[in-house]
Amino acid sequence: MHTPSLDVQLQLTLRSPDRSFELDVDFTATAQRTSLIGPSGSGKSTVLQAIAGLLPSVRGRVRVGDQTLLDSSLGIHLPARERQVGVVFQDYALFPHMTVEQNLQFGLRRLGQRMTAEQARRVDALIEQFDLVSLRSGLPRNLSGGQRQRVALARALATEPRLLLLDEPLSALDSPLRKRLRRELAEMLERVNVPALLVTHDPQDVEALAQEVICIDDGRIVDCDLSPRPFAG
Amino acid sequence: MPTLFVPLWLTLKVALLATLIASTVGVALGWWLARRPFPGRSIVDSLLMLPMVLPPTVIGYYLIVLIGRNGIFGQYLDRWFGINLIFTWQGAVIAASVVSLPLVYKGARAAFEEVDGRFANAARTLGAGELEVFLRVSLPLAIRGIAAGVMLAFARAMGEFGATLMIAGNLPGKTQTLSIAVYEAVQAGNDNQALWLTLVISSVCIGVLVASGRLLQARH
Repeated sequence: MHTPSLDVQLQLTLRSPDRSFELDVDFTATAQRTSLIGPSGSGKSTVLQAIAGLLPSVRGRVRVGDQTLLDSSLGIHLPARERQVGVVFQDYALFPHMTVEQNLQFGLRRLGQRMTAEQARRVDALIEQFDLVSLRSGLPRNLSGGQRQRVALARALATEPRLLLLDEPLSALDSPLRKRLRRELAEMLERVNVPALLVTHDPQDVEALAQEVICIDDGRIVDCDLSPRPFAG
Repeated sequence: MPTLFVPLWLTLKVALLATLIASTVGVALGWWLARRPFPGRSIVDSLLMLPMVLPPTVIGYYLIVLIGRNGIFGQYLDRWFGINLIFTWQGAVIAASVVSLPLVYKGARAAFEEVDGRFANAARTLGAGELEVFLRVSLPLAIRGIAAGVMLAFARAMGEFGATLMIAGNLPGKTQTLSIAVYEAVQAGNDNQALWLTLVISSVCIGVLVASGRLLQARH
């Protein structure tokens, strides 16, 4: 199936009392799964947040296929809730006061509305697909790292996003678990038919999860040289 | 016993309504100020905390200037709606709301600031508007801290004396709350009644403090 390309061009300045950071990136991702890799502080998570619509005052352009999410020259700046971009956050950000099932329902059931039968079926299907049947009424705090990852991915996919963003989905885990979950995540991403952009600092993630790689350093897109593990250590 | 029940009922009515008003306003302001810095935020914060440090009589005076019959807003209330708040139990509600507001506001702001911003962002990417983010994510996650502040506000409103006396006066059966009734009983040498009134207000306040302490404990 044809994958809609992700076209990103962003300029942004972040200021804090002790640091000013300038981001100026321009790239097109055409693969089903693309990885954006760079060292800590290179701006990769900022790019992801800007694509998701979570940062104010971003200039530039973000397009997924023929859908424009941001185009500052045309005054288009869709808010995050209208972008239909699913995000798997670092540490997953599962709603701690909701059960697994309620987390999955969140994006489908608007305030004061009931879910339609079709939406309920979709939640059931995701619970089945991500092996969450026995966990559906459990709270996130009682889940293992792998279970949380599955819930986060299922929750992001529930709203049928046109693009999936993953922010360092494996960084919170220790090494053996990380290896296993990387494999699991690769399998899950293989199964779901949504283009994905994965942010990471670990070349092993790129190898296992992505078909295309884009490298970022100090707020700029740079040539990739992953062979000598440039970002290791 | 009506000398006990009338002020008790009035006190509960005033304290409950004042807590309701202070909670609504305090939670909204706590949420707004916790969101992100803006110019003048610390000034707004200081103004909201002012009722905690000012003598209650000074707050009472400010309120007379604002809502008294010739006050800045009071004259319009009187002229347009025929509403006069001075020497009424509704005036006592306003006085108690103002003095208990900082307790809700401070608790709510701290509770909202403790909620990880990524939860709100996750909700936004899942299609939620700001009201929905507030009602379904931020508020439930901050509710314990808010509840503790609300309970303290209720205790404060129950015990309110100075500002209430200035605004609502001391009209038995009309504006005489428990704390004012204690004062009057002592002044009149009616020790037995003062003792009963004191025991009632003390036990309610201790109960509220124990409950809010438990809520705060469960939070950590």
